[in-house]
Amino acid sequence: MLELLQRIFGRESTGGQSKDVAKERLRMVLIHDRASVTPEVWEALKVDLIRVITQYLDIDERAMEVDLQNEKDAYALVASIPVLRVKRNLGALPGGEAAKG
Amino acid sequence: MGEVCVITSGKGGVGKTTTTANLGASLAALGKSVVLIDADIGLRNLDVVMGLENRIVYHLVDVVEGYCRLAQALIKDKRFENLCLLPAAQTKDKTAVSPEQMRGLCKELAQDFDFVLVDSPAGIEQGFRNAISGANQAIIVATPEVSSVRDADRIIGLLEAEDMRPPRLIVNRLKPAMVKRGDMMDIDDILDILAVELLGVVPDDDSIVVSTNRGEPAVLSASSRAGQAYRDIARRVLGEEVAFMDLDARPGIFGRLRRLFAAGDR
Ligand SMILES: Nc1ncnc2c1ncn2[C@@H]1O[C@H](COP(=O)(O)OP(=O)(O)OP(=O)(O)O)[C@@H](O)[C@H]1O
Ligand SMILES: [Mg+2]
Repeated sequence: MLELLQRIFGRESTGGQSKDVAKERLRMVLIHDRASVTPEVWEALKVDLIRVITQYLDIDERAMEVDLQNEKDAYALVASIPVLRVKRNLGALPGGEAAKG
Repeated sequence: MGEVCVITSGKGGVGKTTTTANLGASLAALGKSVVLIDADIGLRNLDVVMGLENRIVYHLVDVVEGYCRLAQALIKDKRFENLCLLPAAQTKDKTAVSPEQMRGLCKELAQDFDFVLVDSPAGIEQGFRNAISGANQAIIVATPEVSSVRDADRIIGLLEAEDMRPPRLIVNRLKPAMVKRGDMMDIDDILDILAVELLGVVPDDDSIVVSTNRGEPAVLSASSRAGQAYRDIARRVLGEEVAFMDLDARPGIFGRLRRLFAAGDR
């Protein structure tokens, strides 16, 4: 049933909207372009991530990897961060807003 | 001091030279003094688009290398009192000029002219670097295609690092019928992605080919739609508020509002 409806209203009528395809492809390609031409921004993002995470965990900053990965129709920010140690008494830490309130 | 404006795009063949010629001629027709610099060294085109190819004696590289004075290399366009062209060299390559030399040249010309328009070569290499080096503002030309908009985005990113006002966009070769069918990105789609100020929309128009054949910028033809679009762009460059032409390609409330404004304007 759904398939039938899709065939009637969906694919046939929107199949002609190639501009939507163009716009979506552009959006995707620009995420990658913009991310790959600004290493400074990546560095800044890493520094900020480290600042936040180290309030909770001891991590191996040198082995940390942050990357954009293309998965089918979306980009994901994928971070690989080796954890050395979890801090004791997490609830009392400065960033624990959620835990307090 | 005049304005130094570079016309650039990243992608080739999208209408930089056409835009430089028509914007220059329009500004001159509006009484401004204008000099066009063809910075596409090795592939000069602006001279033929302007119909001035038979009058070239010296070129940009001659000036830079000191073979002639700047004033000797400027070709006066007889159709306008105050429009000149500084042609590119055809037999040299881009490395014949340095960004510092271009900066010096633009500065010198900006003392004598209201507008210095620099026609940039395609790409992001030295030719582009040279073309932008003397500019205090930029016009990006893009066609409503994925590759062109993508390249425009790259150029906008590169220009962010330069000391100039935020670039403005001209969308060229828009085909209203295709936009209506949903087979071409419309202006809002493109602005949504690039997030820059729109300076104008030029329709795809056979009259551009005809005027290029003749060596007469389309703005000289009263009936040319593209010519009208460029005349409007020139007035916007001068700070006037000019309603966007009704290309029947901006559906929805915005288009209708604009049409209302346009009716009062003309
Ligand atoms: N609005 C338009 N309608 C129809 N044809 C156009 C339009 N704008 C440009 N053209 C045509 O497109 C071609 C390329 O234009 P132009 O030479 O201005 O591009 P360009 O960006 O300067 O190219 P290059 O990167 O090679 O310097 C020319 O043949 C020109 O006549
Ligand atoms: Mg050109």
